[in-house]
Amino acid sequence: MSDIVEKTLTALPGLFLQNQPGGGPAAAKASFSSRLGSLVRGITALTSKHEEEKLIQQELSSLKATVSAPTTTLKMMKECMVRLIYCEMLGYDASFGYIHAIKLAQQGNLLEKRVGYLAVSLFLHESHELLLLLVNTVVKDLQSTNLVEVCMALTVVSQIFPREMIPAVLPLIEDKLQHSKEIVRRKAVLALYKFHLIAPNQVQHIHIKFRKALCDRDVGVMAASLHIYLRMIKENSSGYKDLTGSFVTILKQVVGGKLPVEFNYHSVPAPWLQIQLLRILGLLGKDDQRTSELMYDVLDESLRRAELNHNVTYAILFECVHTVYSIYPKSELLEKAAKCIGKFVLSPKINLKYLGLKALTYVIQQDPTLALQHQMTIIECLDHLDPIIKRETLELLYRITNAQNITVIVQKMLEYLHQSKEEYVIVNLVGKIAELAEKYAPDNAWFIQTMNAVFSVGGDVMHPDIPNNFLRLLAEGFDDETEDQQLRLYAVQSYLTLLDMENVFYPQRFLQVMSWVLGEYSYLLDKEMPEEVIAKLYKLLMNDSVSSETKAWLIAAVTKLTSQAHSSNTVERLIHEFTISLDTCMRQHAFELKHLHENVELMKSLLPVDRSCEDLVVDASLSFLDGFVAEGLSQGAAPYKPHHQRQEEKLSQEKVLNFEPYGLSFSSSGFTGRQSPAGISLGSDVSGNSAETGLKETNSLKLEGIKKLWGKEGYLPKKESKTGDESGALPVPQESIMENVDQAITKKDQSQVLTQSKEEKEKQLLASSLFVGLGSESTINLLGKADTVSHKFRRKSKVKEAKSGETTSTHNMTCSSFSSLSNVAYEDDYYSNTLHDTGDKELKKFSLSSELLDSESLTELPLVEKFSYCSLSTPSLFANNNMEIFHPPQSTAASVAKESSLASSFLEETTEYMHSNAMEVCNNETISVSSYKIWKDDCLLMVWSVTNKSGLELKSADLEIFPAENFKVTEQPGCCLPVMEAESTKSFQYSVQIEKPFTEGNLTGFISYHMMDTHSAQLEFSVNLSLLDFIRPLKISSDDFGKLWLSFANDVKQNVKMSESQAALPSALKTLQQKLRLHIIEIIGNEGLLACQLLPSIPCLLHCRVHADILALWFRSSCSTLPDYLLYQCQKVMEGS
Amino acid sequence: KFRHSTTASLPQHGDRGFPFAAAAAAAGQAPPRPLPAAAMRFMLLFSRQGKLRLQKCYVPLSDKEKKKITRELVQTVLARKPKMCSFLEWRDLKIVYKRYASLYFCCAIEDQDNELITLEIIHRYVELLDKYFGSVCELDIIFNFEKAYFILDEFLLGGEVQETSKKNVLKAIEQADLL
Repeated sequence: MSDIVEKTLTALPGLFLQNQPGGGPAAAKASFSSRLGSLVRGITALTSKHEEEKLIQQELSSLKATVSAPTTTLKMMKECMVRLIYCEMLGYDASFGYIHAIKLAQQGNLLEKRVGYLAVSLFLHESHELLLLLVNTVVKDLQSTNLVEVCMALTVVSQIFPREMIPAVLPLIEDKLQHSKEIVRRKAVLALYKFHLIAPNQVQHIHIKFRKALCDRDVGVMAASLHIYLRMIKENSSGYKDLTGSFVTILKQVVGGKLPVEFNYHSVPAPWLQIQLLRILGLLGKDDQRTSELMYDVLDESLRRAELNHNVTYAILFECVHTVYSIYPKSELLEKAAKCIGKFVLSPKINLKYLGLKALTYVIQQDPTLALQHQMTIIECLDHLDPIIKRETLELLYRITNAQNITVIVQKMLEYLHQSKEEYVIVNLVGKIAELAEKYAPDNAWFIQTMNAVFSVGGDVMHPDIPNNFLRLLAEGFDDETEDQQLRLYAVQSYLTLLDMENVFYPQRFLQVMSWVLGEYSYLLDKEMPEEVIAKLYKLLMNDSVSSETKAWLIAAVTKLTSQAHSSNTVERLIHEFTISLDTCMRQHAFELKHLHENVELMKSLLPVDRSCEDLVVDASLSFLDGFVAEGLSQGAAPYKPHHQRQEEKLSQEKVLNFEPYGLSFSSSGFTGRQSPAGISLGSDVSGNSAETGLKETNSLKLEGIKKLWGKEGYLPKKESKTGDESGALPVPQESIMENVDQAITKKDQSQVLTQSKEEKEKQLLASSLFVGLGSESTINLLGKADTVSHKFRRKSKVKEAKSGETTSTHNMTCSSFSSLSNVAYEDDYYSNTLHDTGDKELKKFSLSSELLDSESLTELPLVEKFSYCSLSTPSLFANNNMEIFHPPQSTAASVAKESSLASSFLEETTEYMHSNAMEVCNNETISVSSYKIWKDDCLLMVWSVTNKSGLELKSADLEIFPAENFKVTEQPGCCLPVMEAESTKSFQYSVQIEKPFTEGNLTGFISYHMMDTHSAQLEFSVNLSLLDFIRPLKISSDDFGKLWLSFANDVKQNVKMSESQAALPSALKTLQQKLRLHIIEIIGNEGLLACQLLPSIPCLLHCRVHADILALWFRSSCSTLPDYLLYQCQKVMEGS
Repeated sequence: KFRHSTTASLPQHGDRGFPFAAAAAAAGQAPPRPLPAAAMRFMLLFSRQGKLRLQKCYVPLSDKEKKKITRELVQTVLARKPKMCSFLEWRDLKIVYKRYASLYFCCAIEDQDNELITLEIIHRYVELLDKYFGSVCELDIIFNFEKAYFILDEFLLGGEVQETSKKNVLKAIEQADLL
């Protein structure tokens, strides 16, 4: 290849004058005379960026005129479009042409259309609003009889398509899976792959068709379907184990050279296909011996066959090694794979060496001896000129770190860190160093110094967990109290030394850490008086380069120390300075300090020494202010509204166009442009774990909540503040860890002077210090062993807690699998409708749960109560015996049996909804009326079944409901009965809707009837309704949740203590799901998202977060009363169970 | 990848972050969407002089980001020495690049992906260009860049390899050219 191309741009002007020697096809020549040609030539001839800009702006304005002129033909338009693409590629804005690109795709002939589609795919991105205009064109072209048009449409769909319009083209694309041309089938599969990526639930129902594509007779189509499978298996490998055999067979055929020759690449059969299959097998065989056994043979063969010395065979080998180490191990294969890794590592080619290191990094934990084998290569790589090699080596070392080699490895990492300027690298490495230091620190001094280096370098870009964890570690301590005190004392001393240095700037985060530690633990110092520490802090406070957030930390530290100090000149000066500060926050802190300072006794009781770990009881509701508030209100003050609510109201008063469709809509992006109201939502959060409220923290650092996800700007995803201009110029602290490391090893300049043999010796030395602990005595489980031996900073009790959490969660597993079942009936009507089709699997699940029901353990589950309360009867759907679980349990059977049999007469219509048990509401000697509720998706359906107990015929029986103020009651057709036969049961149905939210309401009515034309009777009854009857799950995606969340003004937060059985978040949420009909959107770690709606369509969102046994609930809704009500219900549920 | 379990939950590759990132995005604070990522994120072709010749993104990126990415990468790649590795780390991605005469081909992939096969993807693309233009040179790509895009779209679709047979790709292109 390289010998072909020797013409470069420098020769460009000359070339235009000649004919291209043996140049491209006619198309290339034609473009010489084209406008694009002259544009390109013009640009090339220019020398300065400024001239280029001028020329392109000129070009763009002439293009703008041309494309909008009515006389422009489509052919000219196509030519313009090419030039527009060119300008846009050079980085100039050509957005005026986007709409014309769409038009060209719509109207042009094939060649023009092709350019139009290309321009669209280059100009627009998935969420661009203009993309909607393309949908029609795509639909039309998909239906075209012209193969090329169909292909173009599919190509564009596979690249960009608006998510919400997928349903419009999905059936057409599904059809294309049966197309006679393989190219169409292949592109259709890729389009579905795209859909799977952007909207997985939209293509869930066509999984069977994917299987067909996998079995396609054309290799290309089959290969395309593997993209989808790889993705799906990544998400859920257990669902596709049955396909393992097929994948193995395909791979066998490919490796055995059974494919057509055209799929060979440099005489290797279909390498891309092989790699894809190897990846899939790796995922399927992970932790699964039986599945892995199926693939041992073919992996062996792959390793054997790939012997050609070509890059692509190495690519396959690499993937093969990866797979072998991913699946259930087989020693024979591992041995071969290890040999392969050796080939990579020892290769003189740098690319292969890099991959060798990458492979080693991956396998090192399973096989640490490999690192020993290659230790000299690793040492060489550590000083490699190419930073990426160094970086990968460090990654490798990070994984073999243990208590013996940590100082050397961390030293190497810090060296790399000091040379690196890239933020991503810094964040990553700093995190690793902090983690290693916490795990394996050999002594206090080393630990503190290393963390000093981390804070200095990581500065304000590092993950906030690092300083938080560090402080927690200091505060909570370890098993040995004297050791703890020594560590704290060392930290204090170290920081005082650092602060003594002149003209050194530390990152804000580091200063914050220092001020907290000094504030808490300065009392450990013998000689140094608190006054001296205060003086140092005061100096920082007066420094302009210190941010106001840090100043809040500093003043908090001063406050803590003041109570220990004897004289207080500095404090008084500080109070004097800051009570007139322009910064209101600082002024507030200064006043607080001033008042505390005046009452030393109060101060001492408020700020006890070394109590940072004790829990502080905070009255989150601020109930002690109730009297004050009531007084204010009675004097005519306006009730308090949170800031965001005020802002909302202000916004709603402004006359703005409403882009929202009326009613509820979830696809909206109407709020995107606006300042997030969530930003100020913390106004209602009084628990005080925000960093700025320095004073509040003085008594107890709220450590559980320390991972700050929420802050002033709303959600804080490891925000990397760009303010760190100091971070670049940061000097390393004087007490560098250099002392800890053998000088001879690290000093590079020294080594240059030394002789070759000495250099070798050094390497040996370094090797022995790096690979210590990796010997044969610890080959089996190196890391696990090292962990138990030397976990210096092991936290107290945390592990135990986690473990007990785990057991409860497994206990709850049965519960949750069960509850998901109970939701089936009402939550997913689609699901229950298709139950018949899905057959075996579902039935198995049901029968499983019926066993569960039989077993006694069930009585412990909170669910059983639910079961007796609502019978999920769908007898008509299931003929199978297993379904008896749906009948109400025996305990209540006697009384309920009759009613439920009554109910079954009209259950045909309502089977898929959950309903309550029938309850008798009134009766006399002639009739009895019982009622029950059916929680339909869109309303509450009240059913009154009237039984004629007498042997006589009743005439014109009529049931009427009195109008109620909060409800709209609609009679379902066919409710008035002219005649009611003897001993029969009839039912009356009313749909009930809410008109105004309420908490508790009554529905009263009467039944009237005539007996034998003369005697008329009337009977009154009433039924209790709660708001819960109108709560329905709201099924939205996490994204929609995010958008909605921002748009809601009313929020309520509360911490709820969970009972023992609820200790794990999933089970707690499941309970909420069952009892309150909330929909669980997603559970991420210790947080969960739920949503529900109050019929007809008032959404309410819930964000839960659990720490220890506290569940923090945060509701938001557009309705002001709903969050309070739901909170109350949640509390009831959580406490009750 | 297996990693140490650790008390500190540090961000790692593939961390999805909390869905409130979506909320932040809605408020215009973060990039549009957490990526529904294809194997390849983007491909760039640029000359030794640093002039961009082709730019194909497989994940949604704003114009500003595109510009920034291009500027950064062109700079970094051109500064690399010839004996160095063809891969480099860039943000949380891997860049795989190769120089053919005066042109650099440069792809961004995920960290877990196979760098070597990505090199072969580049090579296969060059072969396709070569076959189509008949000993391709940079000029062919400059003046017929739309053709280069068409060929790329037949080979890689939405960031995944669509068709690896040289014959089939060229057949598809020729079919469309003829009409």
